Amino acid sequence: MTPEVALPLPPALGLIALGLLLPLIPRPARPLWLVGGPALVLGWVWLIPEGSHLALPFLGHVLEPLRATDLTRVFATVFSLMALVGNLFALRQKSTWELAAANVYAGGAIGVTFAGDLISLFVFWEVMAVASATVIWSAARPAAYRAGLRYLQVHLLGGVILMAGIIGHIMDTGSIAFTAMQPETVATWLILIGVLINAGAPPLTAWLPDAYPEASFSGTVFLSAFTTKTAVYVLIAGFPGTQILIWVGMYMVFYGIIYALLENDMRRILAYSIINQVGFMVCGVGIGTEMALNGAASHAFTHIIYKALLLMSAGSVFYMTGRTKCTELGGLFRSMPLTCTAGIIGALAISSFPLTSGFISKSMIAQGAADQHMAWVWMGLEAASAGVFLHAGIKFPWFVFFQKDRGLRPKDPPLNMKVAMVIFSAFCLGLGLFPQPLYAILPFPVDYVPYTTAHVVKQLQLLLFAGLAFFVLLPLMKRTETLSLDWDWLYRRPGPWLAGRALALIGALYDSLTGAGRHLLARLFTTLERGHGPTGTLARTWRVGNAAVAVMVLLCLYLAIYYR
Amino acid sequence: MSQTPATTPLPECGQPPPTVTPDHERPEAERHWLVRPTTIRRLWWGSGIGLALLVLLDLTVHGHPHFGIDGTFGFYGWYGFISCVAMVLFAKGLGYALKRKDTYYDA
Repeated sequence: MTPEVALPLPPALGLIALGLLLPLIPRPARPLWLVGGPALVLGWVWLIPEGSHLALPFLGHVLEPLRATDLTRVFATVFSLMALVGNLFALRQKSTWELAAANVYAGGAIGVTFAGDLISLFVFWEVMAVASATVIWSAARPAAYRAGLRYLQVHLLGGVILMAGIIGHIMDTGSIAFTAMQPETVATWLILIGVLINAGAPPLTAWLPDAYPEASFSGTVFLSAFTTKTAVYVLIAGFPGTQILIWVGMYMVFYGIIYALLENDMRRILAYSIINQVGFMVCGVGIGTEMALNGAASHAFTHIIYKALLLMSAGSVFYMTGRTKCTELGGLFRSMPLTCTAGIIGALAISSFPLTSGFISKSMIAQGAADQHMAWVWMGLEAASAGVFLHAGIKFPWFVFFQKDRGLRPKDPPLNMKVAMVIFSAFCLGLGLFPQPLYAILPFPVDYVPYTTAHVVKQLQLLLFAGLAFFVLLPLMKRTETLSLDWDWLYRRPGPWLAGRALALIGALYDSLTGAGRHLLARLFTTLERGHGPTGTLARTWRVGNAAVAVMVLLCLYLAIYYR
Repeated sequence: MSQTPATTPLPECGQPPPTVTPDHERPEAERHWLVRPTTIRRLWWGSGIGLALLVLLDLTVHGHPHFGIDGTFGFYGWYGFISCVAMVLFAKGLGYALKRKDTYYDA
């Protein structure tokens, strides 16, 4: 056991309690509760020194739900910050369900980062699954209800796979400790697969862009932050340097770009872009050097902030206009200057423009690939960096705030939403200008200088020529009112049909089997009845003469057998 | 391509967004200065010159190429441009196979 902590409880419980008690808090006091609570949790996270501070005996094992590592602090900090500013943005959310669930969800995410054993990790993992599905359902629209069900099914499947892996791992090693492992046994493979499902890895990528954009204006902001980044945390802590993750990440990076280019719904564009960004992090975990792991961790940190900012900007547009399709939006920069500026700052940060937070984090992952002389990986990451500017950096602000004017003149959203956007904009620029505080909390010492003339010039060339490509190809980018089929088509179209067929077949088989059985039983009963029934041969009354003959035969037999 | 949905549900802020005549249907002088054709022409020229200067900076700035190809003149410029064109064309091609009306799953 290591240094004393004032309050030896996981900070996750703070946020979970905050969420569960929210319905009991009178509405006027809620803003204080929702903003003050996460601020306290943020402080709590920082007061916990490294080491394991709580040991609970459980079924012959010891649970360690309060283990802090250098990586824990990076993720727990940004998760609590996200809960704080997200709550501020969501103060006008009428659904108490959503706000309560969102905070339980954030608590689950923080719980995972403090879990020192696989069982605590799993418990918080499932808390996240249920709470996040509740956030989606809180939008209270039929489409959101169905998307939430599909979402929950994927995550329960992931949870079952993870649980099976954890049990197998405990049987293999006899230990429940959560430490770095290699996918060498069936059990560790199952753990890896269970975690990758939450990261949005192929083939189960579609749950994310399917479900997240169906949430409310504020729900999507929360959803963008926790599930995928918790998975990134578990990958960094559990599977550093696992080669296959490089290729999984590569697929995600390009999948996100291509599908976002085809998409019409502004929040779905940003949802695809989450998979793209998580792809960079997964790739960094696969590369596995200190540089690349630092890159993955810091990119998760900056990504949560700028992605939330982008979705706050999109959420504000949705809140004020009720529209989300690019074909119904455009020209809003005239009447929503602050929302537009926040959206552009988020877009520049996601594109890793110099002076923004993305620049100082993502470049470490590409640097990791270059240091290892992985030419193809590096080429892929650079192409994808250009693609990020294309699909999110320009596409989102262009189609929402510029392009064709639709004559809509909504105002900027209410004050609390504006303040939330300003805070996260400040973080995007502040971390870009002063990366040192973030570099200081990364798991490995940072030996990287982002701002060299060559790096800035290269990055500007890459991005601005990507921008040129966008405007040159603008006629090809014309939005259509379409969706793009994805792997989820399998479980949304042929899946239910096949399940229906299978059920019909099993039903028919069952019917014919039970039918045949019933027929056989009926024949058996008839035969028995013929012999033993009330009128059967064996049940008839005997005449006295017959009985006397039978008794005489028996006596004769007796005499014959025992006569000596 | 529809401009406005037939019935827009009320946004969550409680009132529909005010609407005016769209800029492009008004005389040029009444439009927002940023969307006037003259401004757009200037923006294209300005960006063109800016991009050219940025590529020319390669003559003076020397990075540390790792693979050879990244040391070629204006590498990041042409590579960024070509990879984006390739991604857009690939997406366009994939779109022919995978795009459906956005009510596809509602049926």
